[in-house]
Amino acid sequence: MLSYSVKRLLMLVPVLLGMTIIVFAIIHAIPGNPALTILGTKATPEAIHNLNQSLGLDQPLYVQYFTYLKNILSGHLGTSIQDNTSIASEIWPHLAATIELSFVAMVIAVVVGINAGIISAWKQNSVFDYAAMIIALIGVSMPIFWLGLLEQWAFSVKLNWLPSIGRTDIITTVQPITNLYLIDTLLEGQFAQFWMVVRHLILPAIALATIPTAIIARMTRSSMLEVLKSDYIRTAKAKGEHMFWIVYKYALKNAFIPILTVIGLQTGLLLGGAILTETIFGWPGIGLYVYNAIQYRDYPVIQSGILVISFIFVMVNFITDLLYGLFDPRIKYR
Amino acid sequence: MSETILEVKGLKTSFFTDDGEVPAVDGINFSVNEGEILGIVGESGCGKSVTSLSIMGLLPSPPGKIVGGQILYKGEDISHAKESRMRKLRGNDIAMIFQEPMTSLNPVFTIGEQLTEAIRLHNHLPKKELESRAEELLKMVGLPRARELLKEYPHELSGGMRQRVMIAIAMSCDPKVLIADEPTTALDVTIQAQILDLMAKLNRETHTAIILITHDLGVVAQVCKRVVVMYAGKVVEEGDVRDIFNHPSHPYTEGLIRSIPDLYSKKEKLYTIKGSVPKPGSIKQGCLFAPRCDYVMDKCWTNAPELVGDSHKSRCFLHQEQA
Ligand SMILES: Nc1ncnc2c1ncn2[C@@H]1O[C@H](COP(=O)(O)OP(=O)(O)OP(=O)(O)O)[C@@H](O)[C@H]1O
Ligand SMILES: [Mg+2]
Repeated sequence: MLSYSVKRLLMLVPVLLGMTIIVFAIIHAIPGNPALTILGTKATPEAIHNLNQSLGLDQPLYVQYFTYLKNILSGHLGTSIQDNTSIASEIWPHLAATIELSFVAMVIAVVVGINAGIISAWKQNSVFDYAAMIIALIGVSMPIFWLGLLEQWAFSVKLNWLPSIGRTDIITTVQPITNLYLIDTLLEGQFAQFWMVVRHLILPAIALATIPTAIIARMTRSSMLEVLKSDYIRTAKAKGEHMFWIVYKYALKNAFIPILTVIGLQTGLLLGGAILTETIFGWPGIGLYVYNAIQYRDYPVIQSGILVISFIFVMVNFITDLLYGLFDPRIKYR
Repeated sequence: MSETILEVKGLKTSFFTDDGEVPAVDGINFSVNEGEILGIVGESGCGKSVTSLSIMGLLPSPPGKIVGGQILYKGEDISHAKESRMRKLRGNDIAMIFQEPMTSLNPVFTIGEQLTEAIRLHNHLPKKELESRAEELLKMVGLPRARELLKEYPHELSGGMRQRVMIAIAMSCDPKVLIADEPTTALDVTIQAQILDLMAKLNRETHTAIILITHDLGVVAQVCKRVVVMYAGKVVEEGDVRDIFNHPSHPYTEGLIRSIPDLYSKKEKLYTIKGSVPKPGSIKQGCLFAPRCDYVMDKCWTNAPELVGDSHKSRCFLHQEQA
């Protein structure tokens, strides 16, 4: 298992290198001169020449790439064109906001999705089963921006129960330690702030959780149905085991590999910045960060944002892969 | 004479499918005495598995349902017992081994975890003793390297070893009755003989009554004293194994005996009973075996014979007339 993890980790190196090449190529694939794009059409040739030199754009491509690689390896992601801030220091707070939101959304999706799927399979063809599967079908086909707007209209505007925008109130600033506000507020003992952060999380997390919940529920149901029909479940019944434990202790473990796969994929997708949800809820995450950068053609930020998002996607898949072995001893790590 | 521990009285089990009611088991009677091995024989599809699942209360339901008769365990009718009552009996009083050793063990739990489950459920042994009991059980069913086996997974074991593990699981709580549904069908011949020997040995040592279900009369002859022959959801003959082999009093049983391969016979071709088991419920009147019978008479097509006799019963006009 350990040697497999190391091997699998080494295999990530070419994947990550390929990723940097693609991200690097994005900038160079933009038609025309990047300096011209950055400075605008009214720039003087002099200014363009200077910028080219300072960006290293007059060097051969492979030299530029190695400079770029060296920079990201030492943590230099460049500066934003918009406001000259260091991208490296800006990206973590945004990423943390996305991680916090995605984490809460995935917890909701996993808990609700798996349980709904299990009960649907256990009580196949019951009213619960039909209701859950119809809701799941609506869930996967629901346009999320529309669901988000609906939530805001109902719970913020009409009922005035929950805030609809941002991570915090405008008047409150959370002292960042980890930038994960749920943790920061607790570390500082600011329980009122903690509650405020929770309240801000609820609506966007539900919107974000909708599709993963529905997908996980459907996958759990079909996987469990398969398992519950199997001979070894009949063996467990023949031992006198209670159906509840057969379902939750045994069958779930048997059914878990495909469920884990969708959980991994969905987590990767959420962490990749749920641009729509973050825009609607004014959530200062990586999705919104890149979205704004796109509007300003802030190429260094776009480039770094894509790099970080792909990096996370690769890592989530790597972790999912390692987890498979926990659930199925037949998966050989060689 | 020892006491009856399990008695099946007029059991009827049907499947309610889109094509209507399928009477898979149609009013069967038999009883099992304490500590004996009773054989139940019949071709594929005659309702053997449905009978055993009915006793265990493990019919796939829907569509399966017990629609009539009684299953008496120590005098208590368990045919419609509550699920909580059945859970107490299953594994502890009545245990079962299934036809499919390759798929009957859970692939993602260790042998040890699966072996100790029933003991944990019914006996509440402390953890230390649980492990030594599990080891003891594996040794009892003749598996070597018991200690290591406990930590292994089913896919690391051969079919024969898995069936031994299944037997160990079934025996783990010292059941009064063990239902073995074709325990050797999926195994090759040498392993078959070993498993049968093992079951006979366990029966002698633990005094657990065994219902040995098979489609092979040869298997029955090896280990059983009494045998019930089933055909199309009904009992057609019942009695002492030796009586039945020497004087089969139903053409179906006779056919089964004649189709046992005989090493010493010079005959080129083995006897086969022509045709196959009718679909349950497809024959509306007369003897269910009539279409396949070598001795069929006129009245066999219109009247259904009853099961008659004392210690050796049969369901055939031919033999009833002779008597
Ligand atoms: N789930 C089911 N749905 C509908 N009919 C069924 C079902 N299971 C069994 N049957 C019917 O019950 C009959 C008896 O099946 P059973 O499994 O008891 O046969 P068997 O004697 O155990 O045969 P085998 O030697 O192949 O195991 C079958 O012919 C089939 O028509
Ligand atoms: Mg069967």
